[in-house]
Amino acid sequence: MKCRNLGRSSLLGATLLLLSACSDDPWNRPLPPDESGQKVYYSSYTGQPKHLDPVRAYSSDEGAIIDQIYDTPLQYHFLKRPYELEPSVATSMPLVEMLDENLQPLPEGSDAKPAFSRYTITIKSGIKYQPHPAFAKADNGQPLYFFNTVEQGSTYKELKDFEVHGTDVLTSDDFIYTLKRMSDPANKAPLIGLMSGYIVGMTELTEKLKADRKEDQWLDLRQYELEGVQKVDDHTYSILLKGTYPQFKYWLAFRFFAPVPWEADRFYHNPGFKDKNLTLDWNPIGTGPFMMTSNKPKREIILERNPNYREDFYPSEGMPDDVERGYLADAGKRLPFIDKAIFSNESSSTSQWSKFMQGYYDRSGETSANVTTSTFDQAFSMGPDGLELTPAMANKNIKADEELRPSINYLGFNMMDPVVGGYTEEKRKLRHAISIAWDSEELIQIFLNGMGQQAHSPVPPGLFGYRDGKEGMNPYIFNWNEATQAAERKSLEEAKQLLAEAGYPNGRDKDTGKPLILYMDYAASDSGPVPDWYRQQLKKLGIQLEFRTSDYPRFKEKMRQGNTQIFPWGWLADYPDPENFLFLLDSRQGSLKCECDGSNSSNYDNPRFDALYDRMKEIENGPERQALIDEMIAIAQKDSPWIYRYHRGEVYLSNEWTNNTKKHGISMATLKYVNVDPEQRAAQQMAWNKPNLVPLVAGVFGLIALVIPALRAFRRRQRLTIETDS
Amino acid sequence: MFAYIVRRLLYAIPILIGVNLLTFVLFFIVNTPDNMARAHLGDKYVTQDAIDNWIEEKGYHGPMFINAEAEGIETLTDTVFFRQSIPLFAFDFGQADNGRDISTDIVERMGPSLTLALPTFIIGIWVNICVALMVLMFRGTSLDRFTVISFVTLMSISYMFYIIGGQYLISKEWQLLPVSGFHEDDAWRFLLLPVVIGVIAGLGSGARLYRALFIESSGQDFARTARAKGVTETGVLFRHILPNTMIPILTGIVVVIPMLFMGALVMESFFSIPGLGSFMLDAIQEQDFSKIRAMVYLGAVLYIIGLILTDISYTWADPRVRLS
Repeated sequence: MKCRNLGRSSLLGATLLLLSACSDDPWNRPLPPDESGQKVYYSSYTGQPKHLDPVRAYSSDEGAIIDQIYDTPLQYHFLKRPYELEPSVATSMPLVEMLDENLQPLPEGSDAKPAFSRYTITIKSGIKYQPHPAFAKADNGQPLYFFNTVEQGSTYKELKDFEVHGTDVLTSDDFIYTLKRMSDPANKAPLIGLMSGYIVGMTELTEKLKADRKEDQWLDLRQYELEGVQKVDDHTYSILLKGTYPQFKYWLAFRFFAPVPWEADRFYHNPGFKDKNLTLDWNPIGTGPFMMTSNKPKREIILERNPNYREDFYPSEGMPDDVERGYLADAGKRLPFIDKAIFSNESSSTSQWSKFMQGYYDRSGETSANVTTSTFDQAFSMGPDGLELTPAMANKNIKADEELRPSINYLGFNMMDPVVGGYTEEKRKLRHAISIAWDSEELIQIFLNGMGQQAHSPVPPGLFGYRDGKEGMNPYIFNWNEATQAAERKSLEEAKQLLAEAGYPNGRDKDTGKPLILYMDYAASDSGPVPDWYRQQLKKLGIQLEFRTSDYPRFKEKMRQGNTQIFPWGWLADYPDPENFLFLLDSRQGSLKCECDGSNSSNYDNPRFDALYDRMKEIENGPERQALIDEMIAIAQKDSPWIYRYHRGEVYLSNEWTNNTKKHGISMATLKYVNVDPEQRAAQQMAWNKPNLVPLVAGVFGLIALVIPALRAFRRRQRLTIETDS
Repeated sequence: MFAYIVRRLLYAIPILIGVNLLTFVLFFIVNTPDNMARAHLGDKYVTQDAIDNWIEEKGYHGPMFINAEAEGIETLTDTVFFRQSIPLFAFDFGQADNGRDISTDIVERMGPSLTLALPTFIIGIWVNICVALMVLMFRGTSLDRFTVISFVTLMSISYMFYIIGGQYLISKEWQLLPVSGFHEDDAWRFLLLPVVIGVIAGLGSGARLYRALFIESSGQDFARTARAKGVTETGVLFRHILPNTMIPILTGIVVVIPMLFMGALVMESFFSIPGLGSFMLDAIQEQDFSKIRAMVYLGAVLYIIGLILTDISYTWADPRVRLS
């Protein structure tokens, strides 16, 4: 009888479950549906931002969030390639003046080397900050939430506890305040070292602030002088640089130069706020298109439209195929398009991918495409025209946006090393032989799923100075095939010949007969497919490759000390100028030469290259600069301090309802351009996520099928015992 | 009992100092302050001044354990170890390398950790005991043998397999529950899958252990006497065998109770639950000494509390036990 009851209950439970499955909302929805009627963009991040202070935040994980909140004087055109700067909050591009030692303008066309250069920037008027308690004022005009003791602010735990929010107008003072914050060692600005070498007075201000600061006290930086940064009027300021630094304009589009009002700095220095994580580093205040309304880095970060955002419009010009790809459908419309962006933290890229495929994330990733080796086959297949979306992805109308990042991945030779370094013909031949044997195209196919491009020089595609085709080919490693119009790697025989001429016939020292053993300094395990592939490349020449593995800090230490032989390394551009790549071979950046954390890890030292670099970095793009870059590249190809491996590419995927998804290799301030269709998303989410109850019901019945005989057997056994005893 | 607890708490002091010392030594052997600074300041445009500033601000400057240049007690107190250790004993964990207040973060993350760990723990024990008792009822039958083989099979499968398999089947293929995430408003939807996986993954080892304990008790005189007096088999199991097996059961579980606050490292990480387990994992990945030290210290404190609670629980389970 009881068993029958159990069966009935289970049947009832299963029926209820089936009935609840008729509900419209998918069961596996990770976020509650937005019922506010707002246009919400859903995305995710795997790397949590560690800093959101504009003078400190440097990584792309941080940029993906903070660049939507802070405005910068300049910005990159969203659609045009090569990358092009344009005014953002500035009214026009900065006025640049070349000055002599007495700060007098040099006559136009003068050959004299400028002692200083001055950038004068004028910003648009009427721009307002997002609503924030830092700007709240009492009736008497005094700030409402500036406290002097911990007790005064003890009732406020989070920003939402502040009832009154205010705003303020953006002025040139705020940009000046930012530069003073950058000078303050307490803010640990990554650019302080670089900018101190250029901005007049920054070093002195740093020293003064270091001496004046006591513990965590707030220093009113308005009271301090930064000699090279002057206010012209409420909307104009100037920055005086030592010498010339044409690349400085690119930094003006970087978050380090975004305005920070003194009120924000003062507000977050309220006593006791730091202990509640109420800091500018975690709660940005900007004039950008979005404002942060929730910051739980381990859970989610929510950005909402800044109601005070200035007039800003979607670009009307782009590249020839932008119309076809739909990137110009919103041309001329006011930005931003979305009301809210919810970025959820994902610890595992597998979950991130699953949710994208279920339609819960609008894009496959923000700072990374998240198409890994395990998911690649789900996304792409090799078609007649190369990589194409799989039928499953194509059926979902998923969009693919390719991004070839301005980056270089190389294998460096330590030029101070007695075996692989040096500038004699033999040493060059040795490096060329190894470079020929090192088949980077194969590496791109095997380990990067074809997402990358063979590098021929330090300068990546998309930047001024890069040359494509035969002109850009590295003639020491490749031959040009006229029939296929493509570069073909030289044969192994040629590599072996070069190796023999270098003094190592068949990979053995011609004098001693000992095998040539090379050492790769490596910050990962020496076992696995990648190290095996590395070994295989040198084995082609009879060279033995040994790994000297260490953890990353130790690896970096070895790099600083020049205690390396061959090492894998790379560089991702800060700005789209060839100078940002060619400086990696400037001898004055050599770790050993400068006894610093120089970026020239190969310790490459060529006086001609240095001289060309000095000239190249100071002139504007044009034929003269191109000629200089060509010569520098030719020198670097001949000396071959690196094996030029690849320029990394990625393909980002977006769901059908997500628009304006073109990737920008440099700027991350692109959320304002993104548009979504929430109705289409809701419909697709429902269609793609219908719960499958069959296994669940089968499981319940299976359990019942197990329990019922067990109960019967138990009862039988109980009765049997009683009968035997009696 | 009061004197016993006070004595145990006093014993805890040298243990905590030892744990702190060990963490400190291990961390600073692996990582010099210079390397830590470089790791946190990034690879680009780093200057020695910036590194020195970072080290000074974190309090990692100066001698580690003995300050030969100082005099008197300052030889020991004016050192990195002393400066870093003293606030710890007052539970002042300071700021993480990313500037966030560690104590605030720990308090915030304890909630999600407990919401996952507590149901997994309670349901896990309940299921393990029930299954072990059920198997005991069928001792010697083919069902018993089948269940023991199942336990060993369950034990042999990697924890990761349960997680990945569960996510794949339940969330991706059958679309019944979210793959991962956490929201307080409807937390049960996010916790159901990890809790079920946690219970199933622990079933093999747990139920097998309890089965062994129950078998040992079931052959003893008191069980035989109960049966001889006509007590039903379920009565023997629940009223006689279970209470008499409580001491070894409590030894295993009470010590874990305070540790539930520390969260589940792997589970939280895979299911994106913002608890203390993933906090610890992040700290290790980021090589954030302040966070690691705080979590290790907290873990040691909770473990000591767990051991004291275990001793106290013995007096409840067995009135013959007296703590003195």
